[in-house]
This record gives sequence, C-alpha cells and structure tokens, in this order.
Amino acid sequence: MAGIAQLNLPSGEDATRARIIARNQLARRATSDPFWMKAIVLTLSLGFLFVFFVLPLALVFQEAFRKGWEAYLKVFDDRATTHSIWLTLQVALIAVPLNTVFGLAAAWCVAHFRFRGKQLLSVLIELPLWVSPVVAGLIYVLLFGRQGLLGPWLFEKDIKIIFALPGIVLSTVFVTFPFVARVVTPQLQALGRAEEEAALTLGANGWSTFWRVTVPKIKWSLIYGIILCNARAMGEFGAVSVVSGHIRNQTNTMPLHIEVLYNEYQFVPAFAVASLLALLALLTLVIKSATTWFADRALRNAAL
Amino acid sequence: MPRTRHVLPGFRLSLGYTITYLSIIVLAPFAALAWKSSKGGVEIFTSTLTDKRVLASLELSFTTSFYAALVCGFFGVLTAWALERYSFPGRRILDAMVDLPFALPTAVAGIALCTLYAPNGWLGKILSPGGLKNLYVSWVETPNQWLVNLLEPIGFKAAYSSTGITIALIFIGFPFVVRTVQPIIQGLSLEVEEAAACLGANRWQTFWRVIFPTILPGTLAGMTLAFGRAVGEYGSVVFISGNMPFKTEIAPLLIVSRLEQYNYNGAAALGFILLVISFLILLFSNLLQAWNNKRTAR
Repeated sequence: MAGIAQLNLPSGEDATRARIIARNQLARRATSDPFWMKAIVLTLSLGFLFVFFVLPLALVFQEAFRKGWEAYLKVFDDRATTHSIWLTLQVALIAVPLNTVFGLAAAWCVAHFRFRGKQLLSVLIELPLWVSPVVAGLIYVLLFGRQGLLGPWLFEKDIKIIFALPGIVLSTVFVTFPFVARVVTPQLQALGRAEEEAALTLGANGWSTFWRVTVPKIKWSLIYGIILCNARAMGEFGAVSVVSGHIRNQTNTMPLHIEVLYNEYQFVPAFAVASLLALLALLTLVIKSATTWFADRALRNAAL
Repeated sequence: MPRTRHVLPGFRLSLGYTITYLSIIVLAPFAALAWKSSKGGVEIFTSTLTDKRVLASLELSFTTSFYAALVCGFFGVLTAWALERYSFPGRRILDAMVDLPFALPTAVAGIALCTLYAPNGWLGKILSPGGLKNLYVSWVETPNQWLVNLLEPIGFKAAYSSTGITIALIFIGFPFVVRTVQPIIQGLSLEVEEAAACLGANRWQTFWRVIFPTILPGTLAGMTLAFGRAVGEYGSVVFISGNMPFKTEIAPLLIVSRLEQYNYNGAAALGFILLVISFLILLFSNLLQAWNNKRTAR
C-alpha cells in the first residue's frame, strides 16, 4: 500500500494517485469481512474458547486454592502424593529420552533417504496416536500379564512388568512414541541435506556431522517435540491406568493419584495435584509458541 | 531395489534402530492382541458383537463422537478463520491456547469439566432445569412472573449424561479441526477472492461459492480426526460420564471393566474391534486429506 502511494508520480497526476489508492481500498474491501461478520465470528469463537478452555483452567486453580495457601501446600506433605510426583518424574525421565533417540533416528532415515516401504513406516510411526489409550494399555497386559503371551515365562523368572514400573514406562513410551519423530521429520525434510553433504565433503565424519550440523539445525523443533512428548508422558492416564493396578505408594502416577483423590471426594488435594499438571501444560504451550516461532524463522532463513 | 550409494552415512544404522524399536514397542504388543483375540475363536467376536451392553456402548461412543465432531467442525472453522484473517488483541495467546487439549492431561481436563458442569458447578448451575430462572430471580429485584414461568422448565442435565460425554469430546477434538483448517486458510490466495468480487459476487457469495468449497475437504478431514480421537478417548470422559451401563458407558470403559473382571478374551476381542475401527477412521481421514491436497494444489 504505502509503496504504491509513494510512487514517484509526476506532479499534476494527483488523479492517478487517487485512482490507485481507491483501487487498493476496493481490493481490500473485497477480501475482508464486513464489521458485523467479524463481530459475530469473533464473539462465537472467543465465547467457545472461554467456555471450553479458559473456564476449566481457571476452575482447576480456584478449586486448588479454595481453602487457601496453607491447605494447598499441606497437600504436598502427604506421602502418597509426593510418591506419585516422584514416580511420574521417573517415568518421564525414562520414556522421553528413549523416544527422543528414536525420533532422531526415524527422522534421519525418513527425511534423508528414499527406500521401499517408507510410506508404510511413516504410517506405523503415526499409529500409536490413533489407538485408544485403553487399547494401548490392554496390548501390554495381553503381552506381559499373567494370562498374556509372555506371562508364564516372566512369572517363572520372577520378573514383574504389569502392575509395576516397567509396564507403566512401556505404555507411556507407546502413547508418546511418535511425538518427536513427527515434529522433527518434516523440519529436517524442509531444510534439506545440503549442509550435511557439505560437512562430509569438508572431511567431517558421520557422527560429528550429525552433532554439529544436523542437531543445531533442527534444535527448535527438537525442543518442541521433546516438551510435547514430556507433557503427554507426565499426563497419560488411560494406558497407564490399565497397566498400573492402582497400588498406592507403588504404581500411582500423578494422573492416577488425582483420580483416586477425586473419587474419595478429597477435592482440594485432587485439584492441587491437578494444578501442577495444569501449570506444566501452560508452560508447554509457552515453550511451544516460542519454539515454533524460532523453527519457522529458521525455515524462512534457509529459503532465502 | 536398485543399489544406490548414499552420500549421507547412517542409513542402515538409523533404519535398523527405527525398525527394531518399532517392533518392540508397537508391533510385538499388537501381535499379542491378535493372538489373544484369535484364541477365543470366531465365537468370542460374534458374542461380543451381539452383546447388548457392547452394542449400547459402541452406539453411545459413535453418536457422542459424531455430535462432538460436528460442533468441533463449526467452531473450529470459525476460530481458524478468526485466527488467520482478523487481527485483534490477544490473537497470539489464543492461537497458543488452541493446543491446550494436547498439553493438558486428560484426567485434569476430566475432573475440571466434571466440576464445571456438575449440577452445583459454575455452568451446571445455569444449565440444569430451573437454573436460568434462579439466575434471573437472583439478579432482578422484582421478577416478572410471566418470564419466571417461561424460564422455569428450561435446562438439561449436563454432567453424568451423554451430553456431558459430548462436552468432554468437544474439548478433546477441537484442536484437530483448527490445526487442519488453519494452514488451508493461510494458503488461500487473495487473488481468487478479488476475482470473485470483480465478477460481481458479494462477500457472502464469495464465501459460500469460493472459500467454502476449498476448505471443505480439509474441514472434513479434521472432523474425522476429531471423531477418531473421540471414539477411543477415556481419561476426560470417565469423570463426567457417570459410567452407567447401557446409558453412559463408553466402549473403552467397557474394555476396562472386562479387564477388571479378568475377562481377558472378551477385553481383547473388544479391543481388537476398536483398533479396526480406528484404522478405518484413519484411512478415511487420509483419503479426505488426499482430496484436500487435490483441491488446494495450485
């Protein structure tokens, strides 16, 4: 707009200038909505977001602090609560690095190479996202449980997987399986492989190319994938609930502990634990916005 | 396969690792599911699929997911349009907020929604029968009797009913529609709309005849994803649903209760059915995506 208005028009051609401005205004009017339509669309969408997103979040904190700060802090003196927090951290600390390494390996081969069955591999990687969390838990029960495929053998060897930490970790790994891969792969594909090839030509070996060229190149989407994976790992409920057996002080993660407290009508403790996970979710969204902004900038810079 | 030498190293290592890890985490458990559900023979499937309780739960899961997908489709397109085309204060924050259901644990969403819509909750109080009347009476000093009589019967049971399940599923499915439609709206070229205006279309005609057909396949794909996610959803639903057999018991919950009764074959059969259903939904969504790519390709 401004560029056109400031064209070096010879004096006396004000009419031309006016015509150009008028035409641009017309074009803008043709592609933007009238005021009443903006008002309706914004009212409906903002109202929807307020009722479905803002109110539930506000309610979590309101219920957690219903009886004040002291009651809130006292919740975390309870042994079962601290154990559930510790267990959740443990699970995330195992599951997230495992899926990060997998995500990087999958992104490297899917983005950089062409091979038979690539399409199928991509679909299989995406699959856990679309499986019901309950089914995700169920398949591990059927594999490792007492009645399961490997159950009798594991019982003989006295290895406990279901109703114990390994089962919780495995089902968490399953539900968070694609997160890093599906974020990093498109980014790596879009950025191309010219820089890696240049590094190799200059004499770098494979590993140092990976660490010094590829990882810095995709670091923002990698961080994004990791925090998304982490949020889901700490918050997974359905799959973990099926394999954990709900043993207090042993196999109750934070979401399961919230369920137990809520069903015992201990609303302040339930919402206090929930408020920690809600804070984690908000933090995740903040980091997500920042990292997608940086990742988009990296893509734009690469395109220039 | 023609043997090509790759310039980049690590093909075998990364592919080998990917496939091994995939087999351990995903394929082996699926094999266990197939093994266990085949053990019961065909009878277990026929008895599962003719069980009245199973059918009721599947019907409930499908209808609530369908209504939720419809609501998500409508509000999702509006929100994607507002986020891409309008500038207003707080737009970036709202854009980030849309992903909340991905980041917020389902159990937290479940207890929050349940408390919100329970008969004494912030919204449940207003929505339950007579709630609007109570609100009106408490706000106005001299209530109009005619209006009181009019408002008295309005309201419905939100939590602990199929409406409550739909509410939870709307929350879960919403970002799928927005995130599918948003890039399509971003990619619409303004020239097309300008051309429509030049040819004499008003804004309304431009929307229905030009914009809507372009974003329709993407919207349907997003709604299918929301539907697919909703059919299997568990955590956010179990609190608000009330879990009454035949009335508010969703299919994933029935799997859990079969497991709790040590009915492993029955659970495996129902799990297998749910898995096949989600495969079909995913396939359908991919077809819609292909249609969308054809529609938006320039």
